[in-house]
Amino acid sequence: MKEFAVLINQLDSTNKTNQKLEAISLFLKTAENADKLWLLNLFAGKRPRRIVGTKLLRECLIYKTGISDWLFQESYASVGDLAETISLLLPQPSTYLDFSLSEWMEKIQELSGKSDEEKKEFVLWAWDGLPHLERFIFNKLLGGSFRIGVSSKGMINAIAKEYNLDANAVAHSIMGKWDFEELDFDTLIQGGYSDSNLSKPYPFCLAYPLENLESTILQPEEWFAENKWDGIRGQIIKRKGEVFIWSRGEELVTDQFPEIVEEVLKWEDDFVLDGEIIAFAEEQVLNFTFLQKRLNRKKLTEKFIKEIPVSMYLYDILEYKDVDYRQFPMVERRKLLRNLYEKQKDSAFMLSPLLEFSSLEELGDLREASRDMNSEGLMLKAKNSIYHTGRKKGDWWKWKVDLLTIDAVLIYAQKGAGRRSGYYTDYTFAVRDGDNLVSIAKAYSGLTDKEIQEVSRFVNKHAIEKFGPVRTVKPELVFEIAFEGIGWSSRHKSGVALRFPRILRWRKDKTVTDIDELEEVKKMIK
Amino acid sequence: MSLLEFRKEGIYCIPGGFYIDPWLPVDQALITHGHADHARAGMKRYLCHHFTVPILKIRLGDEIQVQGITYQERITINGVEVSFHPAGHIIGSAQIRMQYKGRVAVVSGDYKLQNDGISTPFELVPCHEFVTESTFGLPIYNWDSVDEQNKGLQNWVQQNQQMGKTSVFVGYSLGKAQRILKAVGQLGPIYVHRSIARLNQAFEELDIPLPPYHILDFEEGIKQVNQQIVIVPPSLVGTNIIRKIPNMAYGICSGWMAVRGARRWRSADAGFAISDHADWNDLIEVVKGTGAEQVYVTHGQTAIFTKYINELGIEASEITTAFGKEEDETIAS
Repeated sequence: MKEFAVLINQLDSTNKTNQKLEAISLFLKTAENADKLWLLNLFAGKRPRRIVGTKLLRECLIYKTGISDWLFQESYASVGDLAETISLLLPQPSTYLDFSLSEWMEKIQELSGKSDEEKKEFVLWAWDGLPHLERFIFNKLLGGSFRIGVSSKGMINAIAKEYNLDANAVAHSIMGKWDFEELDFDTLIQGGYSDSNLSKPYPFCLAYPLENLESTILQPEEWFAENKWDGIRGQIIKRKGEVFIWSRGEELVTDQFPEIVEEVLKWEDDFVLDGEIIAFAEEQVLNFTFLQKRLNRKKLTEKFIKEIPVSMYLYDILEYKDVDYRQFPMVERRKLLRNLYEKQKDSAFMLSPLLEFSSLEELGDLREASRDMNSEGLMLKAKNSIYHTGRKKGDWWKWKVDLLTIDAVLIYAQKGAGRRSGYYTDYTFAVRDGDNLVSIAKAYSGLTDKEIQEVSRFVNKHAIEKFGPVRTVKPELVFEIAFEGIGWSSRHKSGVALRFPRILRWRKDKTVTDIDELEEVKKMIK
Repeated sequence: MSLLEFRKEGIYCIPGGFYIDPWLPVDQALITHGHADHARAGMKRYLCHHFTVPILKIRLGDEIQVQGITYQERITINGVEVSFHPAGHIIGSAQIRMQYKGRVAVVSGDYKLQNDGISTPFELVPCHEFVTESTFGLPIYNWDSVDEQNKGLQNWVQQNQQMGKTSVFVGYSLGKAQRILKAVGQLGPIYVHRSIARLNQAFEELDIPLPPYHILDFEEGIKQVNQQIVIVPPSLVGTNIIRKIPNMAYGICSGWMAVRGARRWRSADAGFAISDHADWNDLIEVVKGTGAEQVYVTHGQTAIFTKYINELGIEASEITTAFGKEEDETIAS
C-alpha cells in the first residue's frame, strides 16, 4: 500500500489543485489495474459497506493498548477522526506487511460474514504490520467512508486529464452500479461498459445561488421560472421495462418509493426524467419533515406509505427512446417532456409549473409567495440552456426565499472533526422556554476561523465540566441562527425541528436576555 | 510541608522567598528558560542559567539585573539550597531544584527527553514535589526519533528543490528555528527572519556553532530566496509579507502537526511533528522517574494529564499558570 500512502500523503499535504493532479497522475501511471479501480471506487464510486464496525475497532484498540475509555474519548475528541486516533494510539508496528491497495481491499472484503473474533484477529495482525500513515489509511478502508484530500469531482477531473478525456464523459462512464472485479480500468473510464448498463444515470445539472437578479435576468422572456420544490431530487430511469430511481447523492433509492415505480411502469416508452420527489397529500406539498420521516425508515412499511404518500414534480427530460437530449435547449426538452406527460392518462405525477412573469417585480412576488406552498423559492433556467453536468454558472440559478432567523444562546460545544479538530466548532443552541433554556438547533458552520478560535477560548474558560467530548458552557454567547424551514418534531425536546440551521452571525451586541422565546419560534411553522 | 505555593504572581518557594518564572513583577525571579511565557519583564533580579543570560538581555533589555549560574552549581537563598539542572527544552533551559530541611521540590519549566543536539540533554532529578508541564499530555502524541525527524525535514527540502520550490519553514524563533537550521543547513543557502537572527546571536555569543545563514530582506531581496530555504516565526503565517516569497511551499514544525487536522487548519503544505516538549510517554516516564509523591500539573492538557497521573496512584493536582503561550502560537496565531 506504499504507493497509495504516498498518494494520500501528497493529496493531504497540499491545497493546490495542480499538485493534487500531479500526484494522481503519477499514481495512475504506475499503479496496477486493480489498484486504479479501487482508487476510482474509493473516491468516485460506490464505497464498500463497513465490514468492521467502530465498536469492534475500539475493542481491538483496547485489547492492544489497554487504554481506558475516558482517555480514548479525550484523544478522539482532540483528533476528531476515529481512524486517525486509533492509529496514533497504537504502538509502533513490529513488521511490515507489503500488500497492494487491492490486495488489502480483497482481504477486507473477505471478512464479510466472518465472526467478530476472526475480524479482530485480522485487524490486530494488520495493525502490527503497518506504519502510521498506512495504518490510518487501513482504518479508513475498513470504515467504508473515504474522503481525503480530493473530492469525487477532483478525482474525475484528474483521471480525465491524465487520459485526455472529457470529464463529463468520464463522470457518466463510471456512474451507476459496476462490479469492478470484472472490469478493465481503461475501458471503464472510456465508456466501454456504459451502454450495457441499464441503470446508469446521468450526472445531475446543478444550479448556483443567484447573485444578482438585475444583471442575470436581462430579458425575462428568455427565462423559465419554476418553484424550487423542497423534497429530494430524483432521476427516474425507465429502460427496457425496468425502472430505477437515483438520488442526487448518486444513490439508488428505487426501493424507497414503490408508488413512483408503479406509476412509471404505466408510462410508455423508455426515458430518463429529472424531478423532485415530494411528500404530497390532499393536493398539497407537505413540509419536508414528513418526507424525512419516511426516508429515515430502515424498512418501509405499508403504514408509512399510506401516511406519507409521495409524488413527483417533473421538470426535465434527459433521454427519450435511447436518445440523449441533454444538448438540446431547455425549451425543446420541456416541450418533449410535456408531450410525453400528456400521453399518459391520469398520471399521478405533476409537471412542475412554469410560472408566468414579465418583469423582475413579478418575479420577486412569485418568490415571496413560494414559501406558502412549501417551496423554498424559485428556480430560474435559461430557455436555451443545455443540461449541464454538475454545477455550471450562468444557465440555472436558484433564488431561495429569505432565510428565517432566530437569536439563540450557545449551551453545548463539541470539538470539530478533520481540519477543525482541536477547536470547538459544533455548537448546540437554545431558546427561552419560560424560565428554562431549551435546545433548538445544532449548527456547524458560518463562523470564521478567527471567531471559532474566540469561541473555543470562551469554551475552555467557561466549560462547566471538563471531561468528555461535549462541553456544557455558560449560556452567554448569543448567535443569530438562520434556517430554511421549520416543522414540528417529536425527536427534539423543544418540539420543533429547524431545516438546515446555520450560524448567520455572532450577536456580540446581545445577551442571553435577548434571545427568542420558544412560543414565538413555534409561530413560524406553517 | 510543601516548599511551594502557587500565588497570583507565580510559583513561590515559601522558605526561599523567591519566585520561579513569575508573571507579575517580584523582587527575585528564578527563570527556567528564555521563552517569553516563562521569562517576563519587570523583575528586580533575575537568576538563570548562563546560556539564558544573553537571551534575556536580547528580549528584556540590556539593563536588567541578571545573574548566571551553571548546571548543578549549588547556591543558597534564605537557607534553601538551589541548583539548576538541564531540562533539554531549549538552550539554557533548566529544571530548578530546591532543597530545604531534607525536602526537595523541582520546577521543571518546559522539558523534553529527546536530545536535539543543541540543548544540554535532560537530567532526571529525584524529588518529593514535582511541577510538570503537560503541553502534549495526550497519548496520541508520540514523537519519532530526532534522526527520523531531521530526515523528514531534509527529504522535504530536497523534494522541493527538485520541483523548483522555496522551502519555507515555520518554527518558533528560539529553539525550533535553530534545530531546523542545523537539520537542513547543508542543503543550500538559508534565509532566516530578523527575529530569528537576533536570537541566533545569543547562540553565537555562547560559542554554539550554527550553520551559516542570511538575514531575510523583505524589502529588496525577496526574489533571491527563490528555491532556497527560509525560516520564519509563526507570527508571520498568514501575513502579506510571507506571501511575497516566490514558489513557496511551507512546512510547519510543531508537535501539534502530529494530527492531520491541525495541519489542514493552517493549510500548510507540510507538517512536521517536531517539538521541544516531552511527548506522552516521556512525560509519564519523567513523572514516575522523579519518585515525586506530589505532582503539580501546569500548562497544557492539565485536566487529562492530572487525572491520568492520579490513576497511576501518584497524587497530582492541576495548577493554573500563565505559561503555555509559545506552542499555542504555532497554530492559533
